Amino acid sequence: MSSEGIAIVGGGIAGQSLCEAVIGRDPDARVTLVCAEEHLPYDRVRLSEILVSGEGPEGLQLRPEEWYADNRVEILSGRWVEALDAQRAELTLDGGERRSFASVALCTGSRPLMPPIPGLDLPGVVPFRGPEDCEMIRRAAGEGARVAVIGGGLLGLEAAYGVASRGCAVTVVHLMDRLMERQLDAGAAAMLQPAIEALGVEVLLERQTECVLGDERATGLRFAGGEELEADLIVVSIGITPEKALAQSAGLEVKRGIVVDDRLKTSADRVLAVGECAEHRGTVYGLVAPIYDQARVAAVTLTDAESDETYNGSLQWAKLKVMGVDLVSIGSAEGPQEAVTANAEGPLYRKLVLADGRAAGAVLLGDVRGTEALLDAIRCDDEVADPLERLAAAAAATAADLPDGAQICDCNGVCKGDLVAAVREQGAGSAREVMALTRAGTGCGSCKPMVKEVVAEATGGAAEEPAFLCPCKRQTREELARRIGEEGHTAVSDVTAACGTGRECGLCKPALAYLVSEVNDNRHREERSARYINDRVHANIQNDGTFSVVPRMYGGVTTPDQLRRIADAAERYEARMVKVTGGQRIDLLGVAKEDLPAIWRDIGMPSGHAYAKAIRTVKTCVGTDFCRFGIGDSIDLGVRMEREWEGLHTPAKVKSGVSGCPRNCAEATVKDIGAVAVEGGWQLRIAGAAGGTVREADVLATLETADELLRLATVFLQYYREHADHKERMYDFVPRIGLEEIRAVVTDERRSAELLERFRIAKAAAAAKDPWLERDEPYHPRQFEDLDGAGGRAMGELVGPPEDADEGAVPALVGPPEDGER
Amino acid sequence: MIEVCAVDDVPLGEGRAATVAQRRIAIFHADSGWYALEDGCPHLGGPLSDGILADHCVVCPLHDRRFDLASGEALTDGEGVTAHRVEVRGDRVCVELAPARALASAA
Ligand code: SRM
Ligand SMILES: Cc1cc2nc3c(=O)[nH]c(=O)nc-3n(C[C@H](O)[C@H](O)[C@H](O)COP(=O)(O)OP(=O)(O)OC[C@H]3O[C@@H](n4cnc5c(N)ncnc54)[C@H](O)[C@@H]3O)c2cc1C
Ligand code: SF4
Ligand code: FES
Repeated sequence: MSSEGIAIVGGGIAGQSLCEAVIGRDPDARVTLVCAEEHLPYDRVRLSEILVSGEGPEGLQLRPEEWYADNRVEILSGRWVEALDAQRAELTLDGGERRSFASVALCTGSRPLMPPIPGLDLPGVVPFRGPEDCEMIRRAAGEGARVAVIGGGLLGLEAAYGVASRGCAVTVVHLMDRLMERQLDAGAAAMLQPAIEALGVEVLLERQTECVLGDERATGLRFAGGEELEADLIVVSIGITPEKALAQSAGLEVKRGIVVDDRLKTSADRVLAVGECAEHRGTVYGLVAPIYDQARVAAVTLTDAESDETYNGSLQWAKLKVMGVDLVSIGSAEGPQEAVTANAEGPLYRKLVLADGRAAGAVLLGDVRGTEALLDAIRCDDEVADPLERLAAAAAATAADLPDGAQICDCNGVCKGDLVAAVREQGAGSAREVMALTRAGTGCGSCKPMVKEVVAEATGGAAEEPAFLCPCKRQTREELARRIGEEGHTAVSDVTAACGTGRECGLCKPALAYLVSEVNDNRHREERSARYINDRVHANIQNDGTFSVVPRMYGGVTTPDQLRRIADAAERYEARMVKVTGGQRIDLLGVAKEDLPAIWRDIGMPSGHAYAKAIRTVKTCVGTDFCRFGIGDSIDLGVRMEREWEGLHTPAKVKSGVSGCPRNCAEATVKDIGAVAVEGGWQLRIAGAAGGTVREADVLATLETADELLRLATVFLQYYREHADHKERMYDFVPRIGLEEIRAVVTDERRSAELLERFRIAKAAAAAKDPWLERDEPYHPRQFEDLDGAGGRAMGELVGPPEDADEGAVPALVGPPEDGER
Repeated sequence: MIEVCAVDDVPLGEGRAATVAQRRIAIFHADSGWYALEDGCPHLGGPLSDGILADHCVVCPLHDRRFDLASGEALTDGEGVTAHRVEVRGDRVCVELAPARALASAA
């Protein structure tokens, strides 16, 4: 390895991944990364996230600043390479400085393609490529603005979705007769269009934009044929063009991109090119997956002169990142032999394309299960005898069925083999550690379930993480619970003082608050300052700082009198909305914090704890009281459950449901705890989910009577209260512990009796105080009030300098600072 | 210096919002002393006065961004907030407002 080191020009995904691949092969390598952009390398693929959130690109940064120092990477951000001497591998930087290296890698990426249309240079026309474009789009695309997006490809649709979710009226204008014609066949495109329109985006096909209208600013578009479209903002996303000027003026061979051979070398021996700027065997790629393949081979070329490892091209595939529209396209969308399953209503479209009896491409719309398996089949040119059967099998594939080469994390290019190696070779024992080592799952996060599955398989399903309750303490829940019990801590501040570093991060206080209360069976010293705002004022904080009020309605049953009181309170305190919730309760949304005590007093119902990690709703169906199919009294059992458990805090929220027959109208099989009446008794189901995760509940037991069910469910609930991690819902807890283990504990006579006993003590202390009674006995006079109107004087009134002030600070209302000490 | 409240008005370990000279500020009563920051989180305007206090920082109640109590500096992604000087005089809490942060020029 020459002492002169390697220069990488361009800090996009290509530059960064090449840098990492080089360091991975040779930790002593000296790399200099020159990035024209001011930011540290970031994940361009996730750019539309900041279009929606309005955050800066820092959140998309690929590596923290320390990483570069730790790996001795010299990073020159905001610097431009003006010239390259290819023979001497010498760069001229902006400002004239010259530096020579052993080799140079060009990762200059591409620029957005701007068509030669009159008016395209007007303000109000932007491309969609970098954070500054997002910022510009955000600024112009306020609620109600009319936006035209030119280009109905992958990026155009993503841009359209981004602005539509900001409340704009968006029209996508596309030249071709169908959307995403490069990735989709006509069948899928026909189904995609209504799905996009359902997001509130209008689609105009076969429109050739002739010019941008407007004098000072863009005001709209005119199409060939004379038709016009008004728009306040025009986003152009019709394609990209490789950034090859530097290579061209250095005399390197360029065609559409910078021409490279199978070792990623350009026509000059010491210069390589990787990423969107490179042209390999006639192809210029515009996606990230090929970049990882190229970077890996280029790193070999750079660090091992003897190697004969070659790059043989990449499979092109893409996923549309538009919420609510699942779409994956792999390889060729059309071919000599095709198998399709489709359902227009779904919309559902799954297609496998074969060429010479081998997998050549796939399109998945609506249901993208099996993406990893199909990708792998197509990458390996698998022979496929029955394509329909193969499509179905792919959908059912689990982690174990995937080969090592299957890519799991698209954002960071991590394969199953990398995950397995992290477990076997680097000693990672948990999904969390594997994700930290490989960075899988740290991008958009959509692959996390698959990462967990692979890790579970690789560890032989062994125990998950030593999950620290909080990184600032580096102690697990079990360790802390043991010390709280043994050392007799009764308040969060005692625990903080006695355990850990003494320094706190603020994030783990609510977890400690629960732990202290649980270990002390609710006879702890309550420190409200350790509680989340919801638990300080017993209502749910909302996006604008107001709160919502959900009174408890046992089993979802209410009365005309309760409804009247709720209605009156809603009017009196001007609730912004009254809404029936997904949990069969009534929600008064958008009320002021200081009105909470009065609202609770007027309503006169207990707290529904809708804001807390606690027992939430028990949803019921009408059951034997009314229903002609009812075989179990679901309302009665639901109300009893809710009364039995209400007021208890739990590691994460606990929602339940009781159905009077297997038709299951209360959706009890997707609840944390569910009961379903069956012929001859009741089925107890646990760990169901139908939120961010969907999981069918496991059958814990079938019992003859409702009493038996309530008892067993309570034993299980207490076991969960004592053993689950902070924020660990039952759908994660039960698979972690194992259903058999749980069944063994809750059916063990002695252990279940102990659990019940501790439940009763905890419940007795909890039931003594409905939090909403703090309306009459607040823990502090200003529990619900801010400071306006506090203090002896009117707010904002000036007071003089303090008597003992030596310098006599000048009283200032607002105004320039007194410039520090002077 | 502008008087905002009495020391008893903010429970130990918590914050409260106040309007001072038409600006919303958050007054914090931490174990380590009194602090004042601009109340709106630069992310999406979350009320920092309702956040959880740790010994040197406050956590925004909406999406968990953290800010240094003394300087207002962001300890997580993104911008920080303006910090104001606080002084306790007898049982009164007073602040001196710093000028509002210049908005990123929207040229
Ligand atoms: C009010 C309600 C929506 C509605 O109008 O229907 C609601 C509102 C919120 N839900 Fe929900 N959820 C509501 C029913 C549900 C349901 C359906 C149900 O309860 O039957 C689910 C799916 C079941 C489940 O719990 O998984 C549900 C799954 C979630 C999740 C995802 C949990 C998960 O692990 O997948 C969250 C986020 C979380 O907990 O971290 C969430 C979080 C929230 C929060 C508290 C967001 C937050 O953290 O601040 C929302 C408060 C809005 C506000 O400003 O007041 N809400 N949420 C429903 C109140 C139910 C009730 O009567 O108590
Ligand atoms: C909004 C958006 C969404 C996308 N979504 C997906 C997706 O879902 N899936 C997918 O596969 N792909 C997606 N892509 C494409 C993907 O982001 C690109 O393929 C990839 O980022 C290209 O990386 P690169 O490093 O080759 O180029 P770039 O990211 O363009 O990086 C090149 C860098 O080099 C710098 N540079 C150029 N010349 C010089 C010079 N002379 N001196 C110094 N620096 C220089 C540039 O300023 C730039 O920072 C998306 C792209 C966008 C814009
Ligand atoms: S689904 Fe639940 S968490 Fe999401 S916006 Fe609706 S109420 Fe809020
Ligand atoms: S509003 Fe403060 S973190 Fe989002």
